[in-house]
Amino acid sequence: MTRSLTLLPRSLSFRRPSSARFYSLTTSLALVTPLLAALMAGFLYPVARLVALSFSGGTLSHYRRIFTEPLHLEVLFSTIEVAFIVTVASLLLGFPVAYLMAQLGKGLAMAVTACVFIPLWTSVLIRSYAWVVLLQRNGIINTLLVDTGPTEGPLKLIYTQGAVILAMTHVLMPFMILPIYSTLRALPPDYVRAARNLGAGPVRAFVAVTLPLSLPGVFAGSVMCFVLALGFYITPALVGGPNSMLMATLIGQQTTVLLDWPFAAALSTVLLAVTLLFVLMFRRTLSLSKGLNSVY
Amino acid sequence: MTAGEFVSLLGPSGSGKTTALTMIAGFETPSAGRITIGGQDVTFLAPNHRNIGMVFQKYALFPHLTIRQNIAFPLRMRGRMQKTAIARRVEEMLELVQLSEYAERYPNQLSGGQQQRVAVARALAFEPPVLLMDEPLGALDKKLREAMQFEIKRLQERLGATVVYVTHDQDEALTMSDRIAIMSDGRLMQFGTPTELYRQPRTEFVADFIGRMNFIDGDCLDCTAEQTVVRLSERTVLNLPSAANERTRRYNAGTALRLAIRPERMRLTKRGDGGADALPGIVDAAVFIGSTYIYLVRLADRPDASLQVQIAADGVTPFQKNDDVDIVLDGAAAHVFPVMERCAA
Ligand SMILES: Nc1ncnc2c1ncn2[C@@H]1O[C@H](COP(=O)(O)OP(=O)(O)O)[C@@H](O)[C@H]1O
Ligand SMILES: [Mg+2]
Repeated sequence: MTRSLTLLPRSLSFRRPSSARFYSLTTSLALVTPLLAALMAGFLYPVARLVALSFSGGTLSHYRRIFTEPLHLEVLFSTIEVAFIVTVASLLLGFPVAYLMAQLGKGLAMAVTACVFIPLWTSVLIRSYAWVVLLQRNGIINTLLVDTGPTEGPLKLIYTQGAVILAMTHVLMPFMILPIYSTLRALPPDYVRAARNLGAGPVRAFVAVTLPLSLPGVFAGSVMCFVLALGFYITPALVGGPNSMLMATLIGQQTTVLLDWPFAAALSTVLLAVTLLFVLMFRRTLSLSKGLNSVY
Repeated sequence: MTAGEFVSLLGPSGSGKTTALTMIAGFETPSAGRITIGGQDVTFLAPNHRNIGMVFQKYALFPHLTIRQNIAFPLRMRGRMQKTAIARRVEEMLELVQLSEYAERYPNQLSGGQQQRVAVARALAFEPPVLLMDEPLGALDKKLREAMQFEIKRLQERLGATVVYVTHDQDEALTMSDRIAIMSDGRLMQFGTPTELYRQPRTEFVADFIGRMNFIDGDCLDCTAEQTVVRLSERTVLNLPSAANERTRRYNAGTALRLAIRPERMRLTKRGDGGADALPGIVDAAVFIGSTYIYLVRLADRPDASLQVQIAADGVTPFQKNDDVDIVLDGAAAHVFPVMERCAA
């Protein structure tokens, strides 16, 4: 087993492609060239242009603006905060679902998997609007609350940070569930049996064996959720208010309303840097846990 | 089973050996029957309260824990021991399996044989009175396997543990066990000492499974408590002592029977020297393997039936291919079984 690390559990990773044994280097290169070309043209080049744009005029003035105006830093921190809360919430809600899916028999597991996947296939826009319908001033939840009487008048649910976190957790949860599920699924039942045999009750067996062995999936899911949450645009734009602005919304505002492209580019670069920083931190954490490293 | 005994479950793969262990360990509940250990009914007891050590087929060492932590696991889970006592016990176990230098490694950094020893150490750390082992040596190469067989046996004798050992390797079962349970299709076929199983197989399956065995089909002429007369062909009729029919089953004349005899319980003579109950045959192949000759002999008037005969090589003049011979059976060592009705496909 190589010592190289991957954030994805084995079942999702492409670390040791067995087809490499059948194809020559030239064929392999020929096969990946279209993808590489598309990546270069559609991703690397625009990102490079963006970064270049943020330094336009040969100054750091845009960056100075970000780090001196409290508003921008506040948005950055609140973005990180929201992404963090969303990741933790997805983990807490998603892990039991993934565990259930891995435990259930084939038929039932399919049903639960469908429940996880179908929202994923539904447009984010629709799912976000659904939350608007649910949470608005005279939406279902407020009507229910007022009618059954726990509250006097309708509550302010929509256009709050809470609403953003709720809706984003909902949208991003499948990205947490799937990697955890695939890790748990790949876990041989013998480990839990061994733990039970050696004297652990069901709960202790879970804590001492299943949970640590599912960590690669947890890490993969968390990174995906966190990274996606950092750059999330539609949902916060729809259910969030002016007081709960996130980086993506701020960048959108700069490009479409204020037309300050260099500044938007600087904001994007900062967000990109922050994202990369977190990904590296995650990987570092994972590589430090030696035992886990030896699992996958 | 009696305490301190080494019992093997032996059977082809898919015969329910693992399933049987799984039920003893408590991961599955039997649909019928009871499991008792030391007089206590444990049929519905949770696995963690059974106090049974188990070595899994693929070891199931916890990959996220070091060797030391793996061995300490059962002691920590029981929670009755002080930290220092646990540490001492783990040291002892590591020494017992000679892996002290590897304590801080992770299971995937160890070879198969070392992992197997860790699995044994972990299963023995809490001194269970009963130890289950599921084909623990299946993944090892021949040489290592033989060394480990010896090792396991030595450990078991030293600790006085009762062992249920699953294997599909009959040599392993024969050399290690006090008694062997032969399994087939989820059923127990026969339970006895290695010698009993070898000398007195009660079914054709057991006869075939343990050691090498020749089978010849024939039918019954006269099968009573006193004698068993089997007709192999028009001209060949065998008169065996009653011992062959060891369940003293009576068969009606004409019943299809299958005669079983081990290669080493036959002799070869020149054609005509074999006496009344000899079977005339023709040597098809002769192989010298040092201590013995192995002959493949075709029956003269039953070209479909071929017997393997094993003869000690000291001083006898060997027969050649195509020699005409007589096969002399040790009638007391032969067995007859009813031919099971086979569904024609
Ligand atoms: N007594 C039995 N009753 C019903 N099913 C059985 C029984 N014994 C074994 N099986 C089934 O046979 C299959 C193979 O059994 P297993 O114990 O894994 O075989 P082995 O370990 O001998 O190779 C399993 O799917 C098991 O459910
Ligand atoms: Mg098995």
